[in-house]
Amino acid sequence: MNMESAISPPMNPFVIHPAVIKEKRQEAPEIVTFRLQLEDPAIRKQFRFEPGQFNMVYAFGVGEVAISIVSDPDHPRELDHTIRIVGRTTDVIGRMQPGDRLGIRGPFGKGWPMEEAKGSDILIVTGGLGCAPVVGAIEYIFRRRENYGMMNILHGVKAPHDLLYRERFDAWRAHPRTHVWLTSDEPGKTWHYHVGVVTELFDRVQFDPNHTFVMMCGPEIMMRVASHLLSQRGLTPDRMYVSLERHMACGIGLCGHCQLGPYFICKDGPVMRLDRILPWLGKSGI
Amino acid sequence: MNPSHTASWGILNRRDFPRLLDALRTQGYRIIGPTLQDGAVKWGDIATVDDFPVGWRDHQSPGHYRLERTESFRYFDIVHGAESFKPLTFAPRETLLVLERTHKTFVATPILPDPEPLAVLGVRACDLAGLAIQDRIFLHGPYADPYYRARRDRLFIIAVQCTRALDTCFCASMGTGPQATAGFDLALIEGDADFVVQTGSEEGARLAQHLSLHPVPPERLRQEEIRMAACAASQTRSIDQSALPRALYDAHDHERWDDVARRCLACTNCTMVCPTCFCHGVEEQPDLMWTRSERARVWDSCFTPDHGYIHGKNLRPTIKDRYRMWLTHKLAAWIDQFGMSGCVGCGRCLTWCPVGIDLTEEIKELIRSRQASGS
Repeated sequence: MNMESAISPPMNPFVIHPAVIKEKRQEAPEIVTFRLQLEDPAIRKQFRFEPGQFNMVYAFGVGEVAISIVSDPDHPRELDHTIRIVGRTTDVIGRMQPGDRLGIRGPFGKGWPMEEAKGSDILIVTGGLGCAPVVGAIEYIFRRRENYGMMNILHGVKAPHDLLYRERFDAWRAHPRTHVWLTSDEPGKTWHYHVGVVTELFDRVQFDPNHTFVMMCGPEIMMRVASHLLSQRGLTPDRMYVSLERHMACGIGLCGHCQLGPYFICKDGPVMRLDRILPWLGKSGI
Repeated sequence: MNPSHTASWGILNRRDFPRLLDALRTQGYRIIGPTLQDGAVKWGDIATVDDFPVGWRDHQSPGHYRLERTESFRYFDIVHGAESFKPLTFAPRETLLVLERTHKTFVATPILPDPEPLAVLGVRACDLAGLAIQDRIFLHGPYADPYYRARRDRLFIIAVQCTRALDTCFCASMGTGPQATAGFDLALIEGDADFVVQTGSEEGARLAQHLSLHPVPPERLRQEEIRMAACAASQTRSIDQSALPRALYDAHDHERWDDVARRCLACTNCTMVCPTCFCHGVEEQPDLMWTRSERARVWDSCFTPDHGYIHGKNLRPTIKDRYRMWLTHKLAAWIDQFGMSGCVGCGRCLTWCPVGIDLTEEIKELIRSRQASGS
């Protein structure tokens, strides 16, 4: 079961490396993207990651949070992290400014199957707010557009005002061979997209199940339903991938918090092939 | 502890037992063993052989632990206390880093534990099995844990073979005891007049040279084998592992979880005394000036309300969820994760459960009804 990343692990995976905030971008009232640069040139030079992997991002004297890296792996000297302010640590991080220092440990976990998906059509299914883990994969594909086939990006929100990155969706829509499908559970005056749950969009999207990779991110129950419906459309679970979220204190499979069934989401995930995780997905109380 | 070591046996007269302590000290080891502290058995410093709890034995049953005075002059009549081997290698609180602010940034310095050579005398087979499991987790994953490594590498381990099983013991069914077969430098079998000493490593063999051991008649070794086999046979509890992990995964919706949840207090005792539970949290302790901060890992338990918390929601809000998490992880998921069960059959979680929940009974119910219903 050796699927560890090819990157050689540091001697002490608990050591936190200072990183300077180069840029701060307010994405939404409670969502910020930080561009970080590791201070130590030697560590910066050897840092490599894959889309979908995450760093433990540290605020001095406060704590760490697991945040996926959304920037491009070909430019690992600057690392973008989109952070949602939801608690004590992210609250402190969110108030930091360019020039301030955060800490980084990582990268950890398994990323999206960017290599295997080469040459295939891509179906992105996301639900809820932000969904940073999949943004890295989408941007990765657009920077290498010729390597991938048709792109269908499906995104569902609860209510129209939950739609973040409206401009980003518009920008994605402008790429060749790309369709963006938006839907909201609730209608709204300015909402001129679909109304309903994201899985309803499957009936409108054209895709060849034998030639498509699916990348999903969002509530587990949504991903469970989506995978079921996509299976009915002929997609096999080994071509569907999901990014999962759990509480992580260590990032390396030791602290025990991120378990889901037999897996440690921090090291077996956060991106997992659907056939491995399906029995556990969306199950309550685990 | 070299697995390729060829074991040898010798007899140590009871009056020569202090020589073992002398030899260890000469080699630079601090010695710890089971000692009586505040009416309980804990790992403590051994200065002389009188520090061992001579004339005491333990009675354990679910929710029950008592020490009883005896006329015995044996050193190792107490099987075990609440402490497993675990705190010696996976510290209940381990400072990982000290972070200090400098002009604009900060510096993180790892604080590795003091590698003082430590001899542990009186380790039982179940605890050696627990140690082997913790080695697998902390040393043989994608990252070897340097803190665990530092505490681990300094050890000299002297096992004591079990010849008496407690009411709570079920190591025989877990394949971990009562006889320790690996993972020690020396192993002792305590007899009335002497100890049978077995070497388990080159280091152990070197130390044994200082003990003036006598040859062991083959008949004696056979007698000791019989004593240990009798100890195994006397165990009344067991876990049938043949259907695991599948049977527990399939029992997710079993009504027995509701039943055990009504009894469980979610006190975390079982996870604290467990030789293999490894969950921990990380605590940040800044000073008042916000110029220096320490990060320490601290034992955590899947029975705490926080364990399954993720921004705004708790994934395991009920005690039922948490008990199921613990048992399913320990006896099923562990096998998928590490290729071995997470239970060594030491019985501590039965003894130290305030309401006496017996996981061997729980697992029986969870698996039996499944077979009955034919699912």
